[in-house]
Amino acid sequence: MASLITCPHCGVRPKEEFAIRGDASRGRPEPMDSDEAWHDYVYVRANPRGRTLEHWHHIAGCRRFLVVERDTETHEVYSVVDAAEFARRAAR
Amino acid sequence: MRYSAFSLVRNALSGNLNWKPHWRQPQPKSHYDVIIVGGGGHGLSTAYYLAKEFGVKNVAVLEKGYLGSGNVGRNTTIVRSNYMLPGNEPFYEFSMKLWEGLEQDLNYNVMLSQRGVIMLYHSDAQRDAYVRRGNAMWMEGVAAELIEREQLKKTIPFLNYDHARYPILGGLLQRRAGTARHDAVAWGYARGADQHGVDIIEHCEVTGIRRENGVVTGVETTKGFIGCGKLALAAAGNTSRVGEMADLKLPLESHVLQAFVTEGLKPCIDHVIVYGGGHFYISQSDKGGLVFGAEIDGYSSYAQRGNLATAEHVMEEGVTMIPGLSRVRVLRAWGGVMDMSMDGSPIIDRTSIDNLYLNCGWCYGGFKATPASGYCFAHLIAKNDTHPVARALRLDRFARGYAVDEAGAGPQPNLH
Repeated sequence: MASLITCPHCGVRPKEEFAIRGDASRGRPEPMDSDEAWHDYVYVRANPRGRTLEHWHHIAGCRRFLVVERDTETHEVYSVVDAAEFARRAAR
Repeated sequence: MRYSAFSLVRNALSGNLNWKPHWRQPQPKSHYDVIIVGGGGHGLSTAYYLAKEFGVKNVAVLEKGYLGSGNVGRNTTIVRSNYMLPGNEPFYEFSMKLWEGLEQDLNYNVMLSQRGVIMLYHSDAQRDAYVRRGNAMWMEGVAAELIEREQLKKTIPFLNYDHARYPILGGLLQRRAGTARHDAVAWGYARGADQHGVDIIEHCEVTGIRRENGVVTGVETTKGFIGCGKLALAAAGNTSRVGEMADLKLPLESHVLQAFVTEGLKPCIDHVIVYGGGHFYISQSDKGGLVFGAEIDGYSSYAQRGNLATAEHVMEEGVTMIPGLSRVRVLRAWGGVMDMSMDGSPIIDRTSIDNLYLNCGWCYGGFKATPASGYCFAHLIAKNDTHPVARALRLDRFARGYAVDEAGAGPQPNLH
């Protein structure tokens, strides 16, 4: 259930401790990128039924941003990693 | 068959054995002028107005489940037009006016009950915001009244006026607003559309959209290929998935919203009451059950169920506003999947594909819009031109910088 998230720093916590920022699958465009790139980043969503990556901010805990891989239909959580660790892995 | 006092008596005297089904169960034809994907309130009202007002008779509505099994059967039935922004208020007032004539128009009892919607305020700042909203409504010709605390106490005595954090100081009332019977709205529109020759095809899921030379030529379905001249999407929570079949990239997220109904009580809540301290809204159905809901669950979801923490939060808000609610048993809860748009307002527009039309992004306020949504969408499909009251609701408003941000929450669907 997505009502419980296992924070890599704090352990199993209820979702009420988190602020959810949504889609974590795409990177932020550069400041001078096209209007279209910024429009897509701010407004357009893939909105899949199934696996998705999201930012969850552990606002009432360690205050770290996390990347949660979750199924939007079954609410199953596959992985939770710190956002910094996620970015390092993506850069590699 | 038209309903009348005479038809009631005649059928009663013949043992109620001669009532006919409200709509036919046709097999799909090989080609339609217009196919509407989605047999909910908006799809059915679109079909009805297309046939009745705009003379497009060769229309099919495709529904993957049974008719009205989506959000039109899973909502809190509230009808109102107490909006503030110039792009929204005329649209919802147009809808309110259609509601007021709907039963005569459809020859069907949708049990419209203009019992009044009252939105409570708990601080001076919130009072000012509601005065402003009321004035914005008056500027569009819609009556609104500010009710002060003492007067409200006489009208609605059971509220928690002395709450330590959210004392109730008054409310903004729209008297013409109220509720309608949600299932009857779907059935009434279905019957009306059917009488005008629309084919309503249930248990027919769209699995693909076929395109040739850049235009849509038909849809693949679980009942085979069906060709069309124009394709109109009114698929609510599944819009992203249907849109994907035509490579549409949409400003939508799907979220789940829960609602609840209690055991039947004697009449006790006369209005629809909206709690300004949170997002809680409650009314009493004609059967006596209290019907209420609050916020979405917060994260995107296609599951037609919510989590218990949100259910608990809704109950807390309700009991904060009406302490007596703690003694009432909840009979049923349900979760509907809504397509939350990025600014909280709907989208009625053409798409980048010439004969593909889009009606989506109703967030959790689609029920009140059912008549106007159908009318404006039918106008768009029939004339290829946006209806004047829906001009602010076009898809390209995000790119142009004209988002209709009624809640002022920015482009984050879980915040409005």
